[in-house]
Amino acid sequence: MATFWIILTAILVSSACAILGCFLILRRMALVGDAISHAVLPGIAIAFLWSGSRDSLWMLLGATVFGLLTVFFIQSLQAGGLSSDASIGIVFTALFAVGVILISLNAQHIDLDLDCVLFGEIAYVQWDTLTLGGTDVGPRAVWMLGITLLVILVVIGLFYKQFKLCAFDPALAAACGIPVVLFHYLLMGLVSMTSVASFESVGSILVVGMLIVPAATAYLLTDRLGKMILYSVLAGAVSSVGGYLMAYALDASIAGCMVAVAGILFVLALLLSPKHGIVFRYARRKFAAR
Amino acid sequence: MWNWIAAILSDPNTRWILLGCLLLGFSSGIIGSFTFLRRQSLMGDTLAHAALPGICIAFMLTETKSVGLFLFGALVAGIVATFGISWITRYSRIKQDAAMGIVLTVFFGIGVVMLTRIQHGASGSQSGLDKYLFGQAASMVMTDVYVMGGVCLVLLIACLAWFKEFKLVSFDPGFARGMGLPVGMLEQLILLLTVIAVVAGIQAVGVVLVAALLVTPAAAARCWTDSLSLMVLLAGVFGALSGATGTIFSTLVPNLPTGPVTVLAATVLFAGSALLAPRRGLLARRLRSMQAKSAYLREEHATLQTLSAQRAQQERGEL
Repeated sequence: MATFWIILTAILVSSACAILGCFLILRRMALVGDAISHAVLPGIAIAFLWSGSRDSLWMLLGATVFGLLTVFFIQSLQAGGLSSDASIGIVFTALFAVGVILISLNAQHIDLDLDCVLFGEIAYVQWDTLTLGGTDVGPRAVWMLGITLLVILVVIGLFYKQFKLCAFDPALAAACGIPVVLFHYLLMGLVSMTSVASFESVGSILVVGMLIVPAATAYLLTDRLGKMILYSVLAGAVSSVGGYLMAYALDASIAGCMVAVAGILFVLALLLSPKHGIVFRYARRKFAAR
Repeated sequence: MWNWIAAILSDPNTRWILLGCLLLGFSSGIIGSFTFLRRQSLMGDTLAHAALPGICIAFMLTETKSVGLFLFGALVAGIVATFGISWITRYSRIKQDAAMGIVLTVFFGIGVVMLTRIQHGASGSQSGLDKYLFGQAASMVMTDVYVMGGVCLVLLIACLAWFKEFKLVSFDPGFARGMGLPVGMLEQLILLLTVIAVVAGIQAVGVVLVAALLVTPAAAARCWTDSLSLMVLLAGVFGALSGATGTIFSTLVPNLPTGPVTVLAATVLFAGSALLAPRRGLLARRLRSMQAKSAYLREEHATLQTLSAQRAQQERGEL
């Protein structure tokens, strides 16, 4: 049963991340996901200190607020003439520093392990269960992540056309009267929500890895957004299952192994993709030369 | 005020940490200026994460915890990562930011796998390894400061020796190539120097925050000047100032870690610069636009007045 819950949690995380990651890759904002998942730390710490409990709802709220703040700060610095990479670097390191300071100063009051934030303890997912009306309904993380995934599916499903246009051609989208900024914040809000929902159970490496790597793999395999999302989710799911098996065989970090398998899939796509892969492109060039 | 600074400095251990953080801030500020201009500010973050498997392999192979060995492992992993990033961007449709993200997460994931292997292994004494994730400036000793001094010297000499070349490559790579400079090699050299600065910084401020030492002082310095040599110098000074502030505050307040305070000091310097700098600062720009507006309004008003005077004259003439 433990295996089932762990793999289910991982697939929920990777699917949520894989869908959002496609839009991030297309908008060339791959590292914004990395920045957000680090910058939500003070939000989590403040929610802890304020509510005095590990209640997930407060953490979700605190972290989402800080995720949106991060995006806002990055946007303002960019509007002030700074390049996007420098704005991201300045904002997320400052916020992460605030988070680390808050946690170290209140170490006695906060039961929040910094290591845990990074690696997460996906192996313990099954012990932290949710009880509804006296009956045990399964791990809390599965519920949190399931709801997050549902929200993502609903939002992206409702506004698929708008998100698509914003991803490929923001200028055209703006000309068509789509509120580009609103959709930008909506996407970033979803990214913050996902990174927080995953934080407690799987740690930030898995989130950042699943946001970028499967989507990049899918980007190498297809030119259509719909297919890209599908491939990305598939790559995430394969990484989850493969990573679990690898972690079991090696007796090592589950989240780390999942990201490593995602990396292997990416390298395979990089070499062997029929259209964009290095091997086939090289072969085609040789063939054309003859 | 001077009394407590003197009191802090009387502790020899603190003196070493202070010196180490000063040197670290100075050298990363300098090399950070070039990565900032080349729009590779997040390279620091990427390389810091990517160094983890190198450190773990160094430990696994030798079973000893020596700083020099860890730095060497991190250096090798960092160099492999820079090649990986340029390889992915050159041979596929993946853009640089995504390539950096992929290398960052996959290397770090592999590093975490190795770290947990070491923790679960028989040797078990991994207690020094996790310090590399969050940094532990307080554990710096004299030899670490010597290492940092050496790193700082190497960076300074390299930046001085190739200043003109770095300048050209940072501002106009196409022109540099046209002049016959080995652009690819110079770019790789800048990355190599960045790796060295990152690796030196990891021990003091940790994996995530080392990125800030490269970006924030450089961005702050950019606000004040348009001359590269002045910017490089200013970035070094800002970095050194942040390092000193971090050390002093963390010795004054118990439980306050040095790295994050250093980063916040750099952020405050940046915020001050972005607001107050004479030409590029927010206040100066606001003031200029207000002046321009009022000048325009005054002109408009004057024109309107002359127009209405002419009109009145015309009307009178017609009457």
